[in-house]
Amino acid sequence: MSQQYMMKGNEALAEAALRAGCRYFFGYPITPQTELSAYMSKRMPKIGGTFLQAESEIAAINMVLGASSVGARVMTSSSSPGISLKTEGISYIAGSDLPCLIVNVQRGGPGLGGIQPSQADYFQATKAPGHGDLHIMVFAPASIQEIVDMVGRAFDKADQYRVPAMLLADGALGQMMEPIAFPDESEEKKLPEKPWAATGTKGSRKPNIINSLYLNPNKLEDSVRERFERYEKIKENEVLYEEVMTDDADLVLIAYGITSRICKTAVNMARAEGIKLGLLRPITLWPFPEKAIAKIADHAKAFMSVEMSMGQMVDDVRLAVNGKCPVRFFGRTGGVIPTPDEILQAAKDVLASVGGDK
Amino acid sequence: MAVVFEKTRGLTDVATHYCPGCGHGIVHRLVAESLVELDVLEKTVGVCPVGCSVMAYDYFNCDFIEAPHGRAPAVATGAKRVLGDKNIVFTYQGDGDLAAIGTAETVHSATRGENITIIFINNAIYGMTGGQMAPTTLPGQVTQTTPYGRDVKTAGYPVRVCEMLSTLDGVYYAERVAVDSVPHINAAKAAIKKAFQNQIDGKGFSIVEVVSNCPTNWGLSPAESMQWLRDNMLPYYPLGVYKDKDKGGNE
Amino acid sequence: MDKNIVLAGFGGQGILFAGKVLAYTGMIDNLHVSWLPSYGPEMRGGTANCSVCISENEIGSPRVLNPNILIVMNIQSYDRFIDTVVDGGGVVINSTLINKKTNNEKINCVYIPATEMANENGLQGLANIICLGAMLKQSGMTSYKTMEEAVKKCVPASKAHLLDANLKALKLGYDFEG
Repeated sequence: MSQQYMMKGNEALAEAALRAGCRYFFGYPITPQTELSAYMSKRMPKIGGTFLQAESEIAAINMVLGASSVGARVMTSSSSPGISLKTEGISYIAGSDLPCLIVNVQRGGPGLGGIQPSQADYFQATKAPGHGDLHIMVFAPASIQEIVDMVGRAFDKADQYRVPAMLLADGALGQMMEPIAFPDESEEKKLPEKPWAATGTKGSRKPNIINSLYLNPNKLEDSVRERFERYEKIKENEVLYEEVMTDDADLVLIAYGITSRICKTAVNMARAEGIKLGLLRPITLWPFPEKAIAKIADHAKAFMSVEMSMGQMVDDVRLAVNGKCPVRFFGRTGGVIPTPDEILQAAKDVLASVGGDK
Repeated sequence: MAVVFEKTRGLTDVATHYCPGCGHGIVHRLVAESLVELDVLEKTVGVCPVGCSVMAYDYFNCDFIEAPHGRAPAVATGAKRVLGDKNIVFTYQGDGDLAAIGTAETVHSATRGENITIIFINNAIYGMTGGQMAPTTLPGQVTQTTPYGRDVKTAGYPVRVCEMLSTLDGVYYAERVAVDSVPHINAAKAAIKKAFQNQIDGKGFSIVEVVSNCPTNWGLSPAESMQWLRDNMLPYYPLGVYKDKDKGGNE
Repeated sequence: MDKNIVLAGFGGQGILFAGKVLAYTGMIDNLHVSWLPSYGPEMRGGTANCSVCISENEIGSPRVLNPNILIVMNIQSYDRFIDTVVDGGGVVINSTLINKKTNNEKINCVYIPATEMANENGLQGLANIICLGAMLKQSGMTSYKTMEEAVKKCVPASKAHLLDANLKALKLGYDFEG
């Protein structure tokens, strides 16, 4: 068995990024992601990388833009209010077809909100990570081990599609420790060539221009359409999810990240009482596992989206279910983590209200 | 036959969108000539702003990155930190971009002493959006958003960028030049070249502020605008070297 | 059985460290483990607490609301957490700083003057580990050897000179006769 480490989510994420070949980190301190930056500041100088504490989240994301433009594997991290500041840069990065990794260790909002774990940035991450027609890939790990396993994948997929990737965690995942093992690293990480990067013409090619500006509407439309063709490929090939006892479930919970773990406990409690509860856990939030949910909707009596928000992902569940059966919601917000008991109670209430056979 | 004048290969053949008589054309040429003469054009990465020079990437014959409004120094920081000594990284920014929306990026790239070169065009107005007040608009100057003249009681005072940045230990070189006359243009070229040479030598943050004109939005002919620049801008923005660590500086 | 543990006390009493030692015992015993600290201004305000879950099964919520093991090291923590313990749960109470006793007969309490014992034995700052020793004795949550190993893993190389003191504190707490 490979060596086990006990690490905080924030630190494990940072270490996984280094092992994935990331050598450039630009960030600005904010709770509850601070350990990630601190880890980078300690390690980067030792391995010939760059850690830079920027003057703002805005500057940090634009340093990411600059570093990615010249071909680097680069990342930034923040928490909810800081991500809002980054949205300008994220839009430009997406519009310039630049790969990068953005980490959001979510805390309660709106405004300054709180610092406890939250999932209230789902809309921002999946619907409007910046102005304009755009998407970014959103990965939502549920454990520290999954964070470790997912960071390299997020970087690789961002490079493959030239689409920025976000790792959407929360204060609990960032702060907690769990035993983890890092993937086998016997082979040196090889990063892809980036012939499009602005590294100087060397007199051997025409200038590479990294740009999101198209004053001609038809050209802008063409560029957006081309990007959306890539989005379609992502939707076809990159959806990740986990199903727990959905086959015979009357009610299927939909939950991601830390909430999905609590739902798993609730599912086990329900099964012990003879109640047929199941769980579908989206691992990618964009692309969303809409086909898997639609399939379950053919036999389940109802769905319940469980979130640490006032109900955001539930909209996507409704779209996926498309009226085939009722879709309900249970959530806590502001930094309150739901308990398995209250989820189970809410599930029982839903089952009582939908009743009958399918 | 001796060649007495030719187009620099540092610029492309694309016709610029700049207004007749605009100083951007002159400064583009000075920058391009400097990069060619220093033999670094092929390893240069430019960063352009939002504003009139937003499409500078079409005109310079080198790799370019288009930055969000005001963020060019942050973008340049990211690029330079990756490329290191192998490449030259510069930003080309107007007064709104550099001294209003991008003030934080300007000040902090300067105070970090990033080894980049900034070419800053100060023409005391927002050109691209049609002539609104800039951070460098003079007291009393009429613009679209100061229709009664800039009233310092409500709109505040202009920002003197070189003076401000020269107080920062991280700045290696800051000079203000103008492009209103041949002698000034020659001096501007020397300053721009020095600012790039500093980067080649790894000396650190260098900025050249170019006092320029905007005939269209000032509502003047090109020749009148140059006279207006001399009569109004130069007294408020004195030309000269504000910081040069080669000559001791403030360290 | 699942161990759902809460440790609480002043910032500076080594609450998070003690929690980390517990988490390591779970890892050494090859069990599922999670450790979740309180964080942010709450820490600066003077109180610190953390949740540790150790289980044979995957862990759901890392935040423990109703512990079956509680260690409290100051009066504020006692007041805040004593009524959250499940029936049959075990509590270790630092009686040097907590002058209260619970009437709840459904929980098992060890009152140990940990801060005083630390001071008397030249183990200043190690009341946390003394409490761990007492908790280990009371709960039998793992073997003494595992706990020793966990302490060794948690004392950083830069503070190796403190390892012996930590092990001595563990023994002191383990041998405490209430």
